[in-house]
Amino acid sequence: MIARRTAIVGLGATPYWRRGQSAPRSMIELVGQAVLAACDDAGLPVAEIDGLSYYSGGFDSSLLMETLGIPELRFSAMLTGSGGGSAGAVGLAAAAVVSGLARTVVVVGGNQQGETRFGSITKSYDATPENAFFEAAGLIGPGHMFALLAQRQMHDYGYTREMFAEVALSARDNAMDHPLALMKKPLTLDDYIAASPLADPLCLYDFCLESDGAIAVVVTSAERARDLARKPVIVQGCTHGGERSWGRSLYWMNMPERAFLSSGHQSVARDLYAQAGVAPSDIDVAQIYDHFTPMVIAQLEDYGFCKPGEGGEFVASGAIRRNGSLPVNTDGGQLSCAYVWGMTHIREAVEQMRGTAFHQIAGAELALVTGGPSNVPMSGLILAGA
Amino acid sequence: MSEIAVAPPEALFTLTADRWTLPFWDAATGGWLTACRCGRCGAFRMPPTPFCPECRSQDVEWPRLPGTGRLFSYTVVRRAVVPEMEGSLPYVPALIDLDEAPGARLISALVGCAIDRIRIGAPVRVTFEQRVDRVKVPRFRLDE
Repeated sequence: MIARRTAIVGLGATPYWRRGQSAPRSMIELVGQAVLAACDDAGLPVAEIDGLSYYSGGFDSSLLMETLGIPELRFSAMLTGSGGGSAGAVGLAAAAVVSGLARTVVVVGGNQQGETRFGSITKSYDATPENAFFEAAGLIGPGHMFALLAQRQMHDYGYTREMFAEVALSARDNAMDHPLALMKKPLTLDDYIAASPLADPLCLYDFCLESDGAIAVVVTSAERARDLARKPVIVQGCTHGGERSWGRSLYWMNMPERAFLSSGHQSVARDLYAQAGVAPSDIDVAQIYDHFTPMVIAQLEDYGFCKPGEGGEFVASGAIRRNGSLPVNTDGGQLSCAYVWGMTHIREAVEQMRGTAFHQIAGAELALVTGGPSNVPMSGLILAGA
Repeated sequence: MSEIAVAPPEALFTLTADRWTLPFWDAATGGWLTACRCGRCGAFRMPPTPFCPECRSQDVEWPRLPGTGRLFSYTVVRRAVVPEMEGSLPYVPALIDLDEAPGARLISALVGCAIDRIRIGAPVRVTFEQRVDRVKVPRFRLDE
């Protein structure tokens, strides 16, 4: 088991840009900058990197080695599952370290939205016999897919647009004065309700941002971490996976009704808490993958902060605000800070566990990070202060 | 006057099929609705794949369905996120639980109906959209 045997000892990032604004920098430049910054933060020479861990297609390990002068690699692995694998890539790194395959593993993620926008990313997918069924229906963006889930949540659970709005408003409130956040204009419920509908019931403010950037973290053994420059952040637990009832279906939409109303994270959450030896009530701060507001609510249910069908009331009560019982996405999240395919959530959780977050939650000792409700594998991560 | 759901933009879709999915599209061209049923255990699956996920059989049947069903969920697409969508809004992607094919939820679209009359659970009936590329695509209308 990997529980508490590894630590995040370095954190590095590029600036965040609005979609397309990172040009003329190339993707490998952004990734390289993040990796160099993470090694610098850890006080470790780049030449000590002997493992690379990715998700969502990852990056070209040979090119990264050549570009940064990494002399020898012992581990290179990747979770599929688009944004779903983001939190789990830390677990891959931890598994490599615990097994002895590698000693210093870098997890890096990033995106640059030039030609291909995430908002219409399914249009760039291969035309396959299976994809034909959703393509024929005009479902060309993730927002269209998740709108189908949200509509059913509203119907079965009685969720309202005001509940979805609370997720967006909380995120914006956290972003308002955050130095990294791209969206700092105040957002009111009236603004939210009046915003143009994009795919009913989702409006502009239910969608995450489209932005450019890269973020990396360095993972090594907990034992070695004690001798390094920074206060270690312990990997309390990390899991990835999912059930067929969800996984076969995100782009097929034939989930059984209960799974359709979830975020697909139930089995991942169950295994994560078991591995980490903690319960939902132990979590002090949560960075929940927020590509779409209704999916934040569904994840809060799947991770046991409230029962299925009660997530709408839970957020409406103010629970996810900074002064609530479970502060969520304390940097403004992907809805208002920046969208780097889930890596921003890992970054913010590391900052919270170091005690250096801009919106530091007093006394926070355990942070939950989730990867996107998406294709299986999806993932969850719990970090602990040293 | 209420908005009417139009067909999704043709330019976004070019049919790709293989031997497991082609019978579905051939049936649509013939003007009838079908879904993939396991020839051994009778479980329906859509999209059709090479194995029955319940019993791993590769035997399949293509029963003629009544063409009716219930609306499981839907969305109203109102914004062109790519230029090909302009002129084809609003369209209404919809999930249809097909009658006489339990477990086969078809991803399709509602057409020709007033958007403010759409309700989850509504009965729907198939219609076939003839495209300029000669492919026929099943769509659904509110059946009331």
